[in-house]
Amino acid sequence: MIRLFAADPLLTGDIDLTVLLIVIVKTLIIFVMLLVGVMLYIWAMRKVIADMQNRIGPQKAGPFGILQSLADGVKLFFKEQSEPAGSDHRVYLLAPYLSIIPAFLAFAIVPIGGTVSIAGHMTELQLADPAIGVLFLLAMSGIGLYGMMLAGWSSGSKYPLIGSVRASAQMLSYEAALGLAIVGVLVHSGTLSTRAIVNQQAWTGAGSIFTDWYWLPAIGAFVIFLIAALAETNHPPFDLVEAEQELTGGFNTEYTGIRFALFYLAEFMNVITMSAIAVTLFLGGPNGPGLGFVASDSWINTWFMPIFWFFLKLMVLLYATVWVRASLPRMRYDRLMDFSWKVLIESAFLWAMATGAIVVGRNEGWNLWILTPAVALGAFLIYFVLMACVPSDKELEEIR
Amino acid sequence: MTEFYREYLAVAVLIGAALALVGLMLGVGKLIRPVRPQADKYITYEAGSDPVGGWGQSNVRYYVYALLFVIFDVEAVFIFPWAVGLEPLGIFGLVEMVVFILILVLGLVYAWRKGVLRWA
Repeated sequence: MIRLFAADPLLTGDIDLTVLLIVIVKTLIIFVMLLVGVMLYIWAMRKVIADMQNRIGPQKAGPFGILQSLADGVKLFFKEQSEPAGSDHRVYLLAPYLSIIPAFLAFAIVPIGGTVSIAGHMTELQLADPAIGVLFLLAMSGIGLYGMMLAGWSSGSKYPLIGSVRASAQMLSYEAALGLAIVGVLVHSGTLSTRAIVNQQAWTGAGSIFTDWYWLPAIGAFVIFLIAALAETNHPPFDLVEAEQELTGGFNTEYTGIRFALFYLAEFMNVITMSAIAVTLFLGGPNGPGLGFVASDSWINTWFMPIFWFFLKLMVLLYATVWVRASLPRMRYDRLMDFSWKVLIESAFLWAMATGAIVVGRNEGWNLWILTPAVALGAFLIYFVLMACVPSDKELEEIR
Repeated sequence: MTEFYREYLAVAVLIGAALALVGLMLGVGKLIRPVRPQADKYITYEAGSDPVGGWGQSNVRYYVYALLFVIFDVEAVFIFPWAVGLEPLGIFGLVEMVVFILILVLGLVYAWRKGVLRWA
């Protein structure tokens, strides 16, 4: 029978108090991790960008300024709230919740460690492993969009409205590309459960970096995913949503103090979650070599090393996002939309189809050395036919 | 409670905790922040000048993109199960999906030719 759900071993038996307690402890750990993670990420981002621009960056609050984000957060608690007189009051209050709660939830499906035993119960080091894992992520990012949209709309102000309409169009466009990029992995994995996807990328030697981790078999999907994830989280160079020179701050302009902090928090939590998902889908999640000189069933190899590998990969990706933020100028809006609809979505389609053909061919036992070039040729052929069918910008000018 | 729902027990706990945390933050903020009402504080921010009118207009193209997205999102409903079940479906499933997507892309090309995917 096809497995309808991929149950965490923790939740298959009877639920007693210990089980509930473990779930609650895991929830708290995820909370602390996300909040502290955002705090450190913002600090590291400011420090790294400062270094790249020959500045010093934050240095007053705590050693190396590490408490800077905490100080900023505490300050925001003390700020007076001012809601515009013409706002839609209820929606205005609802919007921050819609933004931040999905940001917390999306992280629930990320496997941050191996399967371990706590108090006699086997459990996976991730909060939940629903059978629809990856769809859960897409759903949460979809709900997060409502938070932005409603925040801008309910403010009753011009610039926030423009910002939120931009945000919706941008996130819709890139969500299509993001979903199709994920399909490039699903074709290989045959499951939506994040734990199962991670297990398929198990470490069997240095070669598994190239053969088992999906970043190379799905390299096209990986590239599309990284670009679309940046756009989906409104990260520079796709931060037209806030574009402070034009929109004074975008959808959250009319939010002050702690409510503004919630949007800010949600934005950075989304960056962390998307990076974690990229690690999960493409870079093997918590899989990595254990330490050879300690027993393979000691706590170092079952507990510590998977968590270490996960955070190492996560930090590499997060550093890359900071690097991108420091390097690339903001895109123009028409180019942003064109890039998604005219480049990313088509490439993601082609990649998904080509991967599908290769996977099916492999199962049928066809010669991959002939099949792969043939599929690549076919994909390029379809691409060129497609490009021949669509008008150039100049011809579009004449249509008008 | 079936096992299917049990998997979401943790998600439910997380929703509860997230609501509690956000409520706590807003509650603490409410206790410690000052409230000094002044009519000028409640006009919308427009870079210092007095705002004219309320909600502004926005470009109709955003709406067209939203419509296009609906098509591609409905298509995702088909392509996700297809990707997961590709191995049992085999060649039949592959050909079906290629045909389906070609028709879909034809629609995109049509929109493109009509100048829908064009700004300003």
